[in-house]
Amino acid sequence: MSIELKNVTYTYMRGTAFERTALKDITLTLKENSLTAIAGHTGSGKSTLVQHLNGLLHPTSGVVTVDGTDIAGKSKEAVDARRKVGMVFQYPEHQLFEETVEKDVAFGPKNMGLSSDEVTRRVKNALGFVNIDYDNYKDRSPFQMSGGQMRRVAIAGVLAMEPKYLVLDEPTAGLDPRGRDELIAGIMRFHREHNMTIILVSHSMDDIALMADRVVFMHDGRVLLDAPPTEAFFAKDAIKEAGLNQPRTVTLLNKLKEHGLDVDVASFKVDDTVKRIMSAIKRRKSC
Amino acid sequence: MSFIEINDLSHVYHRGQADEIAALSHVSLKIDDGEFVAVLGANGSGKSTLAKHLNAILLPTGGSVVVDGMDTRDMAHLWDIRQEVGMVFQNPDNQIIAAVVEDDVAFGPENLGVPSDEIRKRVDDSLALVGMSDFARFAPHLLSGGQKQRIAIAGALAMHTRCLVLDEPTAMLDPVGRAEVLNAVRELHENEKITVIYITHFMEEAAAASRVVVMERGEVVVDDEPHGVFPCVEEMKKRGLDVPLASEVAWRLRKQGVKLPDNIISDDELVAAICR
Repeated sequence: MSIELKNVTYTYMRGTAFERTALKDITLTLKENSLTAIAGHTGSGKSTLVQHLNGLLHPTSGVVTVDGTDIAGKSKEAVDARRKVGMVFQYPEHQLFEETVEKDVAFGPKNMGLSSDEVTRRVKNALGFVNIDYDNYKDRSPFQMSGGQMRRVAIAGVLAMEPKYLVLDEPTAGLDPRGRDELIAGIMRFHREHNMTIILVSHSMDDIALMADRVVFMHDGRVLLDAPPTEAFFAKDAIKEAGLNQPRTVTLLNKLKEHGLDVDVASFKVDDTVKRIMSAIKRRKSC
Repeated sequence: MSFIEINDLSHVYHRGQADEIAALSHVSLKIDDGEFVAVLGANGSGKSTLAKHLNAILLPTGGSVVVDGMDTRDMAHLWDIRQEVGMVFQNPDNQIIAAVVEDDVAFGPENLGVPSDEIRKRVDDSLALVGMSDFARFAPHLLSGGQKQRIAIAGALAMHTRCLVLDEPTAMLDPVGRAEVLNAVRELHENEKITVIYITHFMEEAAAASRVVVMERGEVVVDDEPHGVFPCVEEMKKRGLDVPLASEVAWRLRKQGVKLPDNIISDDELVAAICR
């Protein structure tokens, strides 16, 4: 089971002077249970791509299927297939609207026609994953919360619909460091415990390196590279062409290596980076 | 007297209502001409509220803010203050209004009634300072986020602003855009002696400043140079903040017995210390 794009091309404002082809013949498979990150500079086609995954945009040519069903049609099957894909846009907190946290998170599952027990179970569960204490916060207004908390409540609203596939567009932009770390931890737990397939759009190579099992670099409407992070973040030419950079850990380790420390540079975690530097220093002393 | 003097500043939103909230409590800061001050703090700590006081978008509910000798509560000085202190916000799409880049940059001086040949010169100079001269006739919507932010900065420069207040100007940008904006700001600070107040969640960006102010629950809790702030790794993390990667790695190596200086904040400093 997977989301598949086959030869997808998308042209904005076709037939006008402003015509622009944002996606060019994209073929891509997003496998069930994977966490795929999509990176690329502004205008590379990332957002246009993810808007195809639940039918917000339909290809000018080519096909998008979710679990084998073409999502372009108006049939019940196509509608059901589109609903398998949950979408969290940039700044989702701007879409909060209810009087209380509980009502806001319950809005989606309620509209799915679920029983009130099931809705409550899902609301509690979703808030738990984004680290918002249900009993403490359920009756509070989301508009009285901090930016980071509002972001997490908004994401919980999509998690509560328990979509099979979840698209997150820049989920950590503008969050403070603790808010960012907590949100990433919550997303990763949801990914593991619910086997939720996640598609993450991000400008943070550090976040991508820590979270993704696969990285797609977009450039000029095409897929420039599609590889695991351990490979993608060492493809220097592709990184440069895509206007991206290496994770901070790799940048630091590379500099140490260039200055003569015999260190393994393939590390994305801080504690692991420290271990590698430590062992390189010890090796140096022993010889 | 300092360029900006913040005296016992407090700001309460929705005073007297059920949702009353004290965003700033008794903040005092002096910022001198030509300083580059980074402002750090968790979401909700009062950073943006503070920034909005610097050009009278918000007025104090207690205390005062004095810019170049002018009290922001004095309406007579409003336009002088706004001319001296320019603001750049997080979302580049919310602050560009014209359909052509050079018209957007000219908008401020036009409203001041500056003569047209002088406007021409200011627009050209401002675009050159942020490296955007080649894009003068472009439509802003065709630019990248980093380019749009530099246009917003040029718009402030065309007002002959002395001070730029940037509120998370790189939060929405890709890696190249982030570097473009930070470099433009550094050059303006170094070459044009523009005073910079730079709010950010990126610790590596804050390390480029000459002074770091940390806010917590509406108060200033740390005010020091970057080399004094970032080596305090545990303290910063306890506040929900972070430190540059080099500071954290150096701190952890030192805990394991590696002899390193206790004031490392950049990759280059760490590399120099390890690969002597």
